Amino acid sequence: MSRILTYREALREGLDEELARDPNVVIMGEEVAQYNGAYKVTEGLWNKWGDKRIVDTPISEAGFIGMGIGASMLGIRPVMELMFWSFHSVAFDQLVSNAACVRYMSGGLCNCPIVVRGPANGGTGVGATHSHIPEGLFAAFPGLKVCAPATPADAKGLIKAAIRDNDPVYVMENTLLYGNTGEVPDPADGDFVIPLGLADLKREGADVSLIAHGRSVIHALAAAETLQAEHGINCEVLDLRSIRPLDVDAILKTVKKTNRVVLVDESKPFGGVSAMVAMLIQEHAFDDLDAPIKRVCSIDAPAIYSPHIEHEQLPNPRRIVDKVLTFA
Amino acid sequence: MTSACSSTLDFAGSPINQALTPERKIELYSQMVRIRQFESTSLKYYQGGKMGGFLHLYIGQEAVAVGTISLGGADDHFITAYRDHGHALAVGMGMNECMAEMYGKQTGCSKGKGGSMHFFAPDKNFWGGHGIVGGQTPLGLGLAYGLKYLGREGCCLCYLGDGAINQGAFHESLNIASLFGIPVVYVIENNGYSMGTSQERSSAYNGCLAQRAEAYAIEWDVIDGSNLYEVRAKTHIAMERARKEHKPTVLEIDTYRYYGHSVADSKHKGGYRTPEEIENYKQNHDPIAVFKRLLMAEGVLTDALADQIKAAAKTEAAAAAKFADESPTPTIADISTDVYWESDHQTPASKIGHHFFND
Repeated sequence: MSRILTYREALREGLDEELARDPNVVIMGEEVAQYNGAYKVTEGLWNKWGDKRIVDTPISEAGFIGMGIGASMLGIRPVMELMFWSFHSVAFDQLVSNAACVRYMSGGLCNCPIVVRGPANGGTGVGATHSHIPEGLFAAFPGLKVCAPATPADAKGLIKAAIRDNDPVYVMENTLLYGNTGEVPDPADGDFVIPLGLADLKREGADVSLIAHGRSVIHALAAAETLQAEHGINCEVLDLRSIRPLDVDAILKTVKKTNRVVLVDESKPFGGVSAMVAMLIQEHAFDDLDAPIKRVCSIDAPAIYSPHIEHEQLPNPRRIVDKVLTFA
Repeated sequence: MTSACSSTLDFAGSPINQALTPERKIELYSQMVRIRQFESTSLKYYQGGKMGGFLHLYIGQEAVAVGTISLGGADDHFITAYRDHGHALAVGMGMNECMAEMYGKQTGCSKGKGGSMHFFAPDKNFWGGHGIVGGQTPLGLGLAYGLKYLGREGCCLCYLGDGAINQGAFHESLNIASLFGIPVVYVIENNGYSMGTSQERSSAYNGCLAQRAEAYAIEWDVIDGSNLYEVRAKTHIAMERARKEHKPTVLEIDTYRYYGHSVADSKHKGGYRTPEEIENYKQNHDPIAVFKRLLMAEGVLTDALADQIKAAAKTEAAAAAKFADESPTPTIADISTDVYWESDHQTPASKIGHHFFND
């Protein structure tokens, strides 16, 4: 039996189950405990688990993220909340020089089983400082793993896999998805974990492949319905779910099936996730393409504030439909 | 430089030093001599083109690492920055693995993947070896947090240089250490210069650098780093405060490096430092000479034994250089290991999706 949960509730359920499973799992971040989370993902967990397991930190990302990395080397499994992934920049040295490199620089002697999670998205009228989308940035560092769930079930399954993973995993959520609902398997039916590195075919189709992750998956699914209903174009939608490790086989499979591909990616175009995916497709499936690879990314400028136009800077169903129609 | 001359106080009589057997005193003396000989040998072969990268020598500072680390128990942990050879040998790492690491060989402590700045020995509670100035200070906080979380009565000694105290990560760490009651001891090894910039030209402070701890309601102390007994006596108090009361301390240990910030620093003599300043330290504050005088006065050490210890250390370092020279280099395949734990252990998770993206 599955239940309908919000994305936020599904994440919380995943966190709660891992807190119960492993006494070394500890949740830390700004306002995660007594305030119940800035976005209420951790609501109720402090009441249930107390001060030792759910820890409010000062606004001090370099300090507390670094503290979590140090603790993880000793065997603690910290799950660190960044209130916004946009705040990565003040903890960047810890996130890349320490978390990503400590295993390598120690010749495999040190281990960093840390999770850093929080929302990484535009579209909420908070301007450029709070709208960074860094999944491609962090996936560019060997030693790190990155995932970006689009649905409640994926959010729960991936956060659990991330916590159990013995490498640093950065989970990129989305404030505009927290309230979305979807079916999530009942815990009574068994442990529900979605492995990193496994994409999910969210919609089968024959004409064009839409490859996306995070909230762009939701837009791609909406665009696919419009294209089917109004233009008779049958789109396949592949949700990457995990950026690194990346399900390259699933990417190539859908490209070989439809021979046309549009990559939908909230990153900026230069060096974003879709730039890497495009490279992989041209390298491994060039002869299967009937047309050049196309992309729908955020328009290449810092995130605009204006609520009147912000949604047009980001991928949206209309922009995806328009892009698919350029194949004709 | 802050004066920390405490010669009027009898630190040899502190209980923690009274407890030292003559054998243990000789061992601590030998450790300092071994560090110096190891580094002198490193310098020789660095200049001979056997190593890449930087070489940050610890010569002149030996009593800091040896004195503080000698106080460590089973649950005490250590982490430092890039001037890490002294700490590595003091925790018990071998000269062979350390020298081979600098030579970039497979037999190095980090398999030739870390280099001089990145020595690690978690089995000896030594967590690096970190290259970014101040970047290790939150990690030391985290190790100490972990000890408290796991209910172990231990502490973390986190070393940093006087140049690192102006990094934001250090201040964030101090705030959290005090706020959360973390058993960490920050040890500022003050050698007077952040690379080529003197303390006066790089830091604003009242009295001394450690006094900044007052702003975070943290206890602090200043130590004469040329006197191993004083280093031990005062650091012991800080470690006990951490272990028993879960309270952090900031220690400023005044010391001096005879060589430059790194070997590439050609201006350390006659540039930003006068030859007289260096000579004064060597004559009057050299930690090995100071401890030798103390031990000879105690009747524990003789000139003959000191010579024997030095000769043995020199031989050991030369053998380490030979070992390093003859060791195999890493292979191209080695470049791609030790990136992910899951991949190295061939777990089911490592077999799902692509982890590497090579041409």
